[in-house]
Amino acid sequence: MRHLMSPMDFSVEELENLMDLAEDIQNVPAKYAHKCDGRILATCFYEPSTRTRLSFESAMLRLGGKVLGFATADSSSAAKGESVSDTIRIISSYADICAMRHPKEGAPMVAASKSWIPVINAGDGGHQHPTQTLTDLMTIRSLKGSLSDMTIGLCGDLKFGRTVHSLINALIRYENVSFVFISPPELRIPDYIREDVLIKNNIPFKEVIKLDDVMPELDILYMTRVQRERFFNEEDYVRLKDFYILNKEKMSLAKKDMMVLHPLPRVNEISVEVDDDERAMYFKQVRYGMFIRMALILTLLELV
Amino acid sequence: MLNVGKIEEGFVLDHMNAGESLRIYHDLKLDELDCTVAMIMNAKSEKMGKKDILKVECPIDMLDLDVLGFIDHKITVNVIKDGEIVEKKRLYLPKEIKNVIKCKNPRCITSIEQELDHIFVLTDPANETYRCKYCEETYSRI
Repeated sequence: MRHLMSPMDFSVEELENLMDLAEDIQNVPAKYAHKCDGRILATCFYEPSTRTRLSFESAMLRLGGKVLGFATADSSSAAKGESVSDTIRIISSYADICAMRHPKEGAPMVAASKSWIPVINAGDGGHQHPTQTLTDLMTIRSLKGSLSDMTIGLCGDLKFGRTVHSLINALIRYENVSFVFISPPELRIPDYIREDVLIKNNIPFKEVIKLDDVMPELDILYMTRVQRERFFNEEDYVRLKDFYILNKEKMSLAKKDMMVLHPLPRVNEISVEVDDDERAMYFKQVRYGMFIRMALILTLLELV
Repeated sequence: MLNVGKIEEGFVLDHMNAGESLRIYHDLKLDELDCTVAMIMNAKSEKMGKKDILKVECPIDMLDLDVLGFIDHKITVNVIKDGEIVEKKRLYLPKEIKNVIKCKNPRCITSIEQELDHIFVLTDPANETYRCKYCEETYSRI
């Protein structure tokens, strides 16, 4: 039995197989519409999320399965003080696979160690969010044709943004990928990413503060939101939240085939006027996320 | 010159940094064992200037040397049987340590989950870096 805790749990080859499967699901959905008949997905969300939870639920429903679960810690036995280890043992008796989001980092790993069913980490604090990374990889591969040979700009909160860290780790495994990190000095990538991941693997990268200067060289611009919940200090959040706003003017500096991605939800770091630009791919990205989650459920349930 | 007698069976932990022996006494949980311990502090050493030595009289399978390797892998461990040194053990940084250090990340699941072991994994031997198994928070020894 396999779980998914980090995007690095899958080799490059396994990821390719997963993305091939997701592509096939997208192209021939009828072939997969009853693959999960009689199976149940439990969505255990200890902190609020609409997009990820609904994406998992939609994925399971489209495979013919059913879903149960809870959407906040208040509506679960966690409010009564039950441990994650105990909860997963109960859920294991009711469901065939579980997607878990938890504000505490490592909680899904604790669950996986006690579970009798596959557990998917659907986000644990500021640590990992592997299915978002799978979504990002799937989107880039589908729209660009490959995950090699590109310059990707990551902009915004690069310090606390877990999707950014996971995406960097996943992309360095492909050929000729270089990074441009655009952030205020306070939200730069952590030292361990810079030193242990990028420098150690001889990955070309640069760090800048101004977005305008680097727009023309980017093949992909990955925008992120400055997340209030990652700050202990409200003052710092207010000061940094509007540091970058992507608008039409900035987009005019970019290549004609550049892609703008965003893990969503956005607040105001991408102006709504950019939504109509054909290079804005963040809403398409959501759909790819559902297909890759369908492929993941099938793979972990060994129904492929 | 202060003299501490020979032990019949147990360990002599030599070449500890001066002043460290009391911490190591607690880290090895020697206070919980039914054995005699002699702690020699600030002994003269050609190599180190000053050093601490711990003599522990106990059956030789009683000590967790993995923990000692994590605490200070430069310590010399002499294994004593029938009053003689029968082995000099080399210590290594253990690949994994359990319940020796605690994860300090307030966002880590170890901060709330009942009776969950605090496990750290050696991720970078050159820099002696350990990371929490659950949240990957760094614990660096250098």
